[in-house]
Amino acid sequence: MSKTQVIVGLGSCGVAAGAGKTYEKIKALQEAENLDFMLKKTSCVGMCFCEPLVEIVDSSGTYLYGGIDENKVFDIINKHVVQGSPVKEYLVHTDLFKTPENEFLDDQVKIVLRNCGHMDPESIEEYEARQGYSALRQIAGEKISSETVIQKILDSGIRGRGGGGFPTGMKWRFAANNPSDEKFIICNADEGDPGAFMDRSVLEGDPHSVLEGMIIGAYAIGATDGVIYCRAEYPLAIKRLNIAIDQARENQYLGKNILGIENFNFDIHIKEGAGAFVCGEETALIASVEGERGMPRKRPPFPAASGLWRKPTNINNVETFANIPWIIINGPEAYAKYGTEKSKGTKVFALAGKIKRSGLVEVPMGITIRDVIFKLGGGIQDDKKFKAVQMGGPSGGCIPEYLADTIVDYDSVNATGAIMGSGGMVVMDETTCMIDVAKFFLDFTQKESCGKCTFCRIGTKRMLEILIRITEGEGRDGDIELLEELAYQIKDTSLCGLGQTAPNPVLTTIRYFRDEYEAHIYHKKCPAKVCKKLLTYEVDTEKCTGCTVCAKNCPTNAIDGDRKQLHFIRQEDCIRCGECYSRCKFDAIKLF
Amino acid sequence: MRVSRIPVTQKVVISEMPDLSLLDPLIEKYKGRKGNMIPLLQGAQNIYGYIPKEAFEKLSQDTGLSLSEMYGVATFYAQFRMNPVGKHIIKVCHGTACHVQNANSITDAIQDALKIKDTETTEDRLFTLESVACLGCCSLAPVMMIGDDTYGKLTGKAAVKIIKEIRIRESQNDEK
Repeated sequence: MSKTQVIVGLGSCGVAAGAGKTYEKIKALQEAENLDFMLKKTSCVGMCFCEPLVEIVDSSGTYLYGGIDENKVFDIINKHVVQGSPVKEYLVHTDLFKTPENEFLDDQVKIVLRNCGHMDPESIEEYEARQGYSALRQIAGEKISSETVIQKILDSGIRGRGGGGFPTGMKWRFAANNPSDEKFIICNADEGDPGAFMDRSVLEGDPHSVLEGMIIGAYAIGATDGVIYCRAEYPLAIKRLNIAIDQARENQYLGKNILGIENFNFDIHIKEGAGAFVCGEETALIASVEGERGMPRKRPPFPAASGLWRKPTNINNVETFANIPWIIINGPEAYAKYGTEKSKGTKVFALAGKIKRSGLVEVPMGITIRDVIFKLGGGIQDDKKFKAVQMGGPSGGCIPEYLADTIVDYDSVNATGAIMGSGGMVVMDETTCMIDVAKFFLDFTQKESCGKCTFCRIGTKRMLEILIRITEGEGRDGDIELLEELAYQIKDTSLCGLGQTAPNPVLTTIRYFRDEYEAHIYHKKCPAKVCKKLLTYEVDTEKCTGCTVCAKNCPTNAIDGDRKQLHFIRQEDCIRCGECYSRCKFDAIKLF
Repeated sequence: MRVSRIPVTQKVVISEMPDLSLLDPLIEKYKGRKGNMIPLLQGAQNIYGYIPKEAFEKLSQDTGLSLSEMYGVATFYAQFRMNPVGKHIIKVCHGTACHVQNANSITDAIQDALKIKDTETTEDRLFTLESVACLGCCSLAPVMMIGDDTYGKLTGKAAVKIIKEIRIRESQNDEK
């Protein structure tokens, strides 16, 4: 009988939820009681909603426990490992019987996330044991030509997962067809969309698969050097990438004449990004790798012809590279089996916002948005009403509830005015104000605009000013039309993707939630009760206990009332700061 | 636009002269390499916690990079700071997921408790408050990060409590 294994999920989100302490506690317990089990680390399995996660594998099967903080450690180790009886109350998944969380996992198809949460990301042996580097070995062993590799990627139909959706095989062919003594391959790991975290999870959970994808890409296009451009905000991902690169060098997956393939010399370096959203744009990213300000330039020439240091360069996103080894091993047909006619394979989404089960999911293309949110995600928090889902981050848009049966593929999502983007799905309920959301995104893109194109630089600022005015009750007749006019001009006159897509959040909210804009502008009301300046505060006569807290904290002394007496807000003096509302312990301030 | 993204509202008087010899190994490593400007600036910031004016001058003299280009790059990226920061940097996430889960109330509560505004440092140089775009822990929203520790599912009160605990720990360390 093999030894019982206790595996703790130590991804960034797990650590944030306290998994580090859980791990230390288990270790201390093991040493103190001299317990006989193997303690291992892994990364995120995507079930962020019930972190910290501890998996116990014994002779009877695998058991995944959720919400195991340091206080529960003793309980599960004692009952399960020592006494041999699984603790049902903390169980979230097992291969023996169904739990409610099965809904979260059953519809998923794990290609990109095939190893995440199932192995120690700092061990190359564990990666190799899970078919790691066998795609590369197959290419070396069977002497598959670079042209055949490109053809396989083309046949699989995979499109760039960074957001643009350009066929990866085609991109590789362009770079391969440009002769040069030096070529570069870049992995874009500058995940800038606020609300998306799948690249981080892949880098933390399975760094070798990204490296292997890059090495195969380098072989296909004839690249000599690789760069991973990674956000500095992801320290754990950078640490694990460095470990993986060192291991790959030791095992001859990187270096000279890799795996005996003559003249195939390739190495990978990490460049830490310095925090600029615009660097998600290919040409801006290249400028940043070169040490300059990350400003985009005109295309053509495309990077495939003249990229980093004016040499042919191919740039793909983390998720795209992680797919590559799987496609080579299992064949392009197996990959193309999933998905729709024009969007093949799977897509990873980061589910967040007002949703019950937030986390990382990988689903086949063609699934409906409704299924992702209600079947996998378990529906809306506190059973409130589902209002919209934001896809594609600051470049994307809000898809309203009545379009939730839209299927997940590049063209269907684009038709709604949103974009697939890198895969953030932020769910919003009835308490989210859509103008506030549009304002939030525009505030972001406005700050992140590099300033090169006038309309992007100044136009986004003007649009933001209009939105601020609307949310503060100063909206005017004609504002909606003015926003639309500016939006189309910015889209038409910007050089790069940032400016071309920056107005999308505003355009989609106007398209689907025009009534909310009108309520703000003409009736000076915020239906979701978010925009403070548009609310009226009143004391609930039944709940007020006369504790005087609101009156004491009111900055304009607009609240009258003696101790233990009913209080009253003088509307003419109220500046609608919301202080009384947030201070009241009895829920006695009502909003209108 | 990016140039003015970090408004300097506080007047900071820096009395001590930074020890510039600390830069030598860094310059040795990157001198003459192409694309070295960002790693040099990142290295300098790792040493001092910010990039002092004197460091710019030394880097420029020793590597031949022009001061204006370095300043252009340093002001372009969110990562670089030109002013000294507190011992603990409180990064409050304002990504989409945190925004819809009311991240503003976290920043408000901290501003209230520490009596500083966003991007400012407390008088005792213990805390600096920053708003960041996304920490990538969206499922734990709203989130803040202090040092290497991330705190999730916060409320304004919980955030202030965490900061108070750090302050107490610091004062105990001082007594020792």
